[in-house]
Amino acid sequence: MMRQIMTEYYICAKQAGEKGDKVAWITSGGPVEPLIVMDVIPVYPENYGAMIGASHMGGDLCEKAEAMGYSGDLCSYARADIACSTVEGGPIGGLPRPDMLICCNNICSTVMKWYEIQARYYNVPLFIFDTPFCHQGMTEQAGVYVRRQIQEYITFLEQICSKRFDYDRGIEVGRLSLEAQRLWQQVLDTTTNRPSPMSAFDAFFFLALIVTLRGTDKVVDFYNFLLEEMKERVGEGISAVPKERYRLLWDNLPVWYRLKWLSEKFSAHDACLVADTYTSAWSRSMKYIDDNNFIESIAEAYTRIYLNIGVDEMAGIIIGMIDKYSVDGIVMHSNRSCKPYSFGQYDIMRIIQKKRGTPCLMIESHMNDERSFSESQISTRIDSFMEMIKQGGSLTPGGLY
Amino acid sequence: MKTAGIDIGSITTKAAVLEDGVILGTMLSFTGYHAEQAGAKIYRAILSDLGIDEQHIHKVVSTGYGRNSVDFADKAVTEIICHGAGGYFLNPAVRTIIDIGGQDSKAIILDPNGKVNDFVMNDKCAAGTGRFLEVMARAMEVNLDDFGAISFKSSNPSKISSICTVFAESEVISLISKGEPRENIIAGIHEAVASRVFAMIRRLDAGPPIMMTGGVAKNVGVVRSLEKRFDAKIEVSGYAQLNGAIGAAVLALDL
Repeated sequence: MMRQIMTEYYICAKQAGEKGDKVAWITSGGPVEPLIVMDVIPVYPENYGAMIGASHMGGDLCEKAEAMGYSGDLCSYARADIACSTVEGGPIGGLPRPDMLICCNNICSTVMKWYEIQARYYNVPLFIFDTPFCHQGMTEQAGVYVRRQIQEYITFLEQICSKRFDYDRGIEVGRLSLEAQRLWQQVLDTTTNRPSPMSAFDAFFFLALIVTLRGTDKVVDFYNFLLEEMKERVGEGISAVPKERYRLLWDNLPVWYRLKWLSEKFSAHDACLVADTYTSAWSRSMKYIDDNNFIESIAEAYTRIYLNIGVDEMAGIIIGMIDKYSVDGIVMHSNRSCKPYSFGQYDIMRIIQKKRGTPCLMIESHMNDERSFSESQISTRIDSFMEMIKQGGSLTPGGLY
Repeated sequence: MKTAGIDIGSITTKAAVLEDGVILGTMLSFTGYHAEQAGAKIYRAILSDLGIDEQHIHKVVSTGYGRNSVDFADKAVTEIICHGAGGYFLNPAVRTIIDIGGQDSKAIILDPNGKVNDFVMNDKCAAGTGRFLEVMARAMEVNLDDFGAISFKSSNPSKISSICTVFAESEVISLISKGEPRENIIAGIHEAVASRVFAMIRRLDAGPPIMMTGGVAKNVGVVRSLEKRFDAKIEVSGYAQLNGAIGAAVLALDL
């Protein structure tokens, strides 16, 4: 069912030009709802990046980007996307040509240069939604600054689409977006059950809809269906990992080209990744959204997403998840592609170990460049970590010395 | 009850046989291309040396990068747990174990019962490991076993980048061509290794007593340089390089 929805979505996006519909490329954490209101089809190079990674095409495309002059230290989504634009190919034969680009820097700064490059390449207008970093909460000035940009964003869309923004439709799209976020969180929360009916590896797959189609009824329908299925699995005691004994939390983006390998690796240790900081990022800032003033309140919600907040708040969120999902250990993916996500992980680790004593493991990779994955090294780290947890030598909160 | 531990590392293979908490014998050989054969060969050799029939070995635990290629082992355990068990066996007071082997450097924190509480390993780069020192010894045309003693003659260690083994080798060659005294370069190499490993260990809640294991523990220059940074004595057992195999044999007792 989900594959069918995603296939229809991409067919629709690919045929947009023939039908006279407009296509916008948008960053994964960008405010997409105004696009839905304007009947613009949103397309996500990052979701496409995940497809490239899962199809094991990342390494070749990254190599191509490096031959074009881009550094190997650059994000592997950016490298793969930039290179993919210049070749005939990639999954689904490449993304549909954009009519505009919407870049929100709440997830990183790389997207600004990445989208500038693509705006020049496709010669289309670019809107940058600039979200100040929220070190300790959000200031009033930052609130004014981002709310004003929502208006500028709407004006930008009105000019390109040559039609007025329908605020009544905005209320409806907002309702659907919020409903999808609530349902997605409920799906993720079914993993509080022991055994867990799904793992983060399933969440990495089902995530595609909340990323690409939030604000439409398709997502709401699908997550309703998925939630029922998960509840049934819970009722029948069906688990994601056959003999779940250990419950782990994953931090950072997945290693897209190694999902199966990692899933089997943890499963062999009777460990289930019951939670992750990544897939829940699309529903975590719901609390800042005002149902009655959706379009304006998303400015704050999009500014205060997980990657745009300080280390203390991030650690607090993870500690909350450790308690909520009864987590025995944390696996941190130090992702050389995603600096804002990986920066601060050691500090977060220290805070967690001090407050909860939960064991943490760090593995290093690039989410989309399989050339960077060192199997035997990562295998040894995971085996050692699981042996340590099985030994039961948990850390004393507050440190040993 | 007799048990055996086989540690197949990236450069050397080690074996140890224990009986009721006493080390009966140990052995070391080069791993070479065939990790599988290296394990079987050293096992046969050590048993023959000790005059023990294989039937009298209760259990065998394998460890190291080649741990899964030892088909006669009863269990494969990672080197983290084995070095922890070995260190605790040699000295139960130890709380931090620094192990620098051929391609890995790692630190292990033990609880008072010898269980591993936390660990950290180097990222995928051989700088700061035994292989790094081997490359430097080749560039210097000095026997690696003499590195420690030579470095003690230096009062002014050279500055060597610790970022990359290959680049550091070119730096060393360039220092040689400038006529930099050999002892200064070697002392600088030790500083580079210690600096990298120390920074990694500081991520952990590492405290004394500290023990160093693995092949690099035989290099007194690196040990001294690490002691300076920790401002603490680092214990090096005569079994440092064999610690993983000894730990594996200790764990085999519980199987």
